[in-house]
Amino acid sequence: MLSTFAFLTFAGVAVLSALMVVIARNPVRSVLFLILSFFSAAGLFVLLGAEFLAMLLIVVYVGAVAVLFLFVVMMLDVDFTELKQGFLSYLPLGGLVGIVLAAELAMIGMTWQASPQAENLRAAIAPTDMTNVEALGVLLYDDYVFFFQTAGLVLLVAMIGAIVLTLRHKPGVRRQNIAEQVGRDRKDAITMVDIKPGQGIDE
Amino acid sequence: MEIGLGHYLAVAAMIFTIGVFGIFVNRKNVIILLMSVELILLSVNINLVAFSSFLGDLAGQVFAMFVLTVAAAEAAVGLAILVVYFRNRGDISVEGVNMMKG
Repeated sequence: MLSTFAFLTFAGVAVLSALMVVIARNPVRSVLFLILSFFSAAGLFVLLGAEFLAMLLIVVYVGAVAVLFLFVVMMLDVDFTELKQGFLSYLPLGGLVGIVLAAELAMIGMTWQASPQAENLRAAIAPTDMTNVEALGVLLYDDYVFFFQTAGLVLLVAMIGAIVLTLRHKPGVRRQNIAEQVGRDRKDAITMVDIKPGQGIDE
Repeated sequence: MEIGLGHYLAVAAMIFTIGVFGIFVNRKNVIILLMSVELILLSVNINLVAFSSFLGDLAGQVFAMFVLTVAAAEAAVGLAILVVYFRNRGDISVEGVNMMKG
């Protein structure tokens, strides 16, 4: 009974806040509703017994991706009133596509049924004597270690790409040039001048 | 009421539809578009975890983790492109994106 109530709450909040992400007037509100939606989805994951993924969703999405969105929304000097122009003119097309897609998904959902062999085709049967985190760790570092490393590589490439895209050198900014400092030697730094007494130095 | 696999799939289908709807409706704002893509990926994750849980197969959760990785990478690169685009154009409307053809 309680789990049914929890499911309905999390599912309802997730769907409603997802809708608010799309139709909110202010992008900052959209980001905040996105955070709420991910939080509710994390609740659904807990109900499904996938605790590690639920925590990952909160740490990665709410902690990193949503904050990144928030930074970008607040950093860009965008005119918010202009952004929603054309919302009404695209609403019929978007609504039509949405309704058709929903109808198709509903048709699939009504006719679909699990194959009787599905139980035998499982790739990694969930062990019952371990916690979710432990079982997932064993699986990830044993069978899927190559994919795990590849995922790390994907993140590395994304990081380098994001830095390369947004990095820019402003002209006229004085920066410390370490190579120049280290490469300096006595010859270009010092001149020996032999000054006759009482004459002073030119320049 | 017993909560089964179908209920979770229905939630995922709804979020997926909302994400696609958001892509069609927001033509002026690339940020909302990126958020719609995140919603679509979230619905995929809900599907994967629901099947994983009801079938007792942990591979689905591992796969959901990789989807999460790709989604995070996509958000980072997408937002970087958005920042560069905004610097060059001064707005974030989708209509001028064909400028990137060069």
